[in-house]
Amino acid sequence: MEIFKSDKTYDFMGKRLPFLGFSAILVIAAFVLLFTKGLNLGIDFSGGTLIQVQYTQPAPVQKIRDLLVQDERFEKAVVTKFGTPKEIIIKIPTTTTMLGKDIGDDIRSILTPTGEYQIRRVDMVGPKVGDALREKGVMALSLALIIILIYVSFRCEWRFSVASILALVHDISIALGAIVLFNVDVNLDILAAILTILGYSLNDTIIVFDRIREGVNTSKESDLNSVVNDSVSRTLSRTTLTSLTTFFVVLTLYLFGGEIINGFSFTLLVGVIVGTYSSIFVAASFLVQLNFSIINYRAVEAEKEKRKKEKDRLRSQFEQGTV
Amino acid sequence: MQYLNYRLVIFTLVTVFGIVFSIPSFLQTNDGKKISLGLDLQGGLHMLLGVETQKAVEGKIKTLAATVKYFTDNEDILIEDLTIKKDNLSFILLDSDEVSKLDTMLAEIKGLDISKGADFYYTIKLTPIEIEVVKDMAVGQAVETIRNRLDQFGLAEPSVTRQGNNDIVVELPGIKTAQEEQHARELIAKPANLELMEVDELKSDQVYNLSDDDAQDMGDIILEDTNSAEIKYLLKQIPILTGSEVVDAKVAFDQQTNQPIINFTLSSFGAKVFGDFTAKSVGKRLAVVLDGKVFSAPVIRERIGGGSGQISGNFTVNEAGNVAIALRSGALPAPVIMLEKRSVGPSLGADSINASMFALVSGFVLVVIFMIVYYGLGGVIANIALITNIFIIIAVMAMFGATLTLPGMAGIVLTVGMAVDANVIISERIRELLKSGASIPKAIEDGYSNAMSAILDANITTLLVAVILYAYGTGPIKGFAITISIGILASMLTAILGTHGIYEALMPKMVKDKNLKKWFGVK
Repeated sequence: MEIFKSDKTYDFMGKRLPFLGFSAILVIAAFVLLFTKGLNLGIDFSGGTLIQVQYTQPAPVQKIRDLLVQDERFEKAVVTKFGTPKEIIIKIPTTTTMLGKDIGDDIRSILTPTGEYQIRRVDMVGPKVGDALREKGVMALSLALIIILIYVSFRCEWRFSVASILALVHDISIALGAIVLFNVDVNLDILAAILTILGYSLNDTIIVFDRIREGVNTSKESDLNSVVNDSVSRTLSRTTLTSLTTFFVVLTLYLFGGEIINGFSFTLLVGVIVGTYSSIFVAASFLVQLNFSIINYRAVEAEKEKRKKEKDRLRSQFEQGTV
Repeated sequence: MQYLNYRLVIFTLVTVFGIVFSIPSFLQTNDGKKISLGLDLQGGLHMLLGVETQKAVEGKIKTLAATVKYFTDNEDILIEDLTIKKDNLSFILLDSDEVSKLDTMLAEIKGLDISKGADFYYTIKLTPIEIEVVKDMAVGQAVETIRNRLDQFGLAEPSVTRQGNNDIVVELPGIKTAQEEQHARELIAKPANLELMEVDELKSDQVYNLSDDDAQDMGDIILEDTNSAEIKYLLKQIPILTGSEVVDAKVAFDQQTNQPIINFTLSSFGAKVFGDFTAKSVGKRLAVVLDGKVFSAPVIRERIGGGSGQISGNFTVNEAGNVAIALRSGALPAPVIMLEKRSVGPSLGADSINASMFALVSGFVLVVIFMIVYYGLGGVIANIALITNIFIIIAVMAMFGATLTLPGMAGIVLTVGMAVDANVIISERIRELLKSGASIPKAIEDGYSNAMSAILDANITTLLVAVILYAYGTGPIKGFAITISIGILASMLTAILGTHGIYEALMPKMVKDKNLKKWFGVK
């Protein structure tokens, strides 16, 4: 079976401006969302308490809210349905450092009149830990970007690295925009998902770029657009196939993996789609926009090759004792 | 015949390793190393506790004061105004002849910073180094104490480990209900600071008119009765003995009231101090203070030798048991506070396992079918590599005793999607070469070598991210990083080496057959 005719070359670069424009709109929209509505930080990063309760009958959400509001510590409690109508999540911004009797115990006694229930999860993150986790999270994300930057620039010419980093920024901001839009609680697992997207999307881009580099080195063509078109078309089946298999599994994770990893799989789902789109339509366009010149590149490569040969010649002469 | 080649041999060995070492985890046998489930999958309680080490320094000062008092009483050295402030204690030595005796005694205690003012006004502090030592020991001792208590509580596999300078991680997989959890938390939190204190009989009747500050100025302290906050006692601030001298504690029942009580036994030094004190304090009251509450204050009728005593109060049997465990396992040198808590009920854990297993199996089946439809027998070969990959992940995790968490499960699911990537890249290259007219052996050889640089790049970037996640992630996220990393490394063996070996072994057949549609899914 084949999805794309492997000998057909599509003219991606001829239509790069509409795609870049489309991406620009998405990225701007994402930034607007990020700066107006902002990320909805979960308790991992903001500190607070989260309690998951499962009732034997549909949960009396309003009654629970009314009961909680009566205690001034829980005034700001947010009660939301979680997956099934029988299950709810209570989120409270307050925490306690008391070990013997904690917020979970208090909530347990407050909820007693609401029916038959079972507390399935209590997460409490103190402000100190929240701060530390946030710091670590920012650290991890920046470090990942820096290391990737170093790795890519070590592997490719600088325009390639800049283009792939731009593509990454594109993917991450759109994914973050989607997180804001769909009100996903940003916890540690979302950070892990973002970092995974980072690796995944770069992975896709690098495979396309690897092919472009191969094309530049081997083909006789010196028009960048046609080399890029050819390389992107050649890798098209691979990009879509791998994305499809990954998409399948992430989709099953999203649909059947349970409420708890829903945010995680949602973020991955968006990331896989955006990452695939960007490595086909956006990353190489950046490369073309950056005025990558095949002729110059070849000249530099030839020069490098010449120098290497010269050095080898000198060395062998030296070793043979002729100098 | 080319059936045997080194790639196939390595792949077979790796597969056997994967299957053998993952059997204990799959079948949950009793023998062999198994993957342990994270608390988010099996249910349990995870807590990050902080130790308030400053309080340990204060406690140390208090013990020091008791030592000074006991020594001077014993040696008939007159001192007055023995007072404790937060981080120092001070007193005035009245017998100037005794300076050298006192100084010799103090010199024997390490880490003191002693300054003498006019009129032999002593101020004793701990040196900065000693303060660090005390704080460090407080955390170490808290870890030991909590571990002891939890061991005696009878939970399965409690784990108590120190994290960083001041923090302690407690993991209790055995917790089933909220009540059980609360019980365990109370047990950990119990300071179990037993103090035997002298009632200040001279001023005792003024207790209801004094403020805490007034009491402190007199070297006293006001404490409430355990049963009623209305009843107060005026006690000498410096205890006669502290719980550090308790060597054993047991629950017993009062013969008259049949109420649970706790009998404790003192060390030989403690017994001596206790005996000496009771001998000269007949007629006075002795308060038994536990965690800042007075449990009883009986009148001393005679010298109490033998070094044992009892705590009575309105205990339930459970409470008395807790107190006894806490006393036996030693006092917490400083209070612990809760910084983070994650508790998952076993039913939620089971739900998570079911959900993620379902996602894993259905994702796996989808990928397997897709690969076969798209690549024909080449897809089957890739699938063999994929299955081996999962076995290897399980086997390696079991060997290292790694913990499988919910994000870890997600990592395995994701690996299923991404591990076939290498085979997709290779198969596409082979197809390309076949179309350009290469022979099957040549297409396979070059397909693998052409694909290599892209596969390596892709795997290295993902691996780099996984390493960062491992370094900066906590708990469950680390699990994700682990499964992804093992999956990627394993895919190098299975998807690259393994499939190549299988192709080589099948080469004579393929060359004879020449059915590209059947083998590679192309015409």
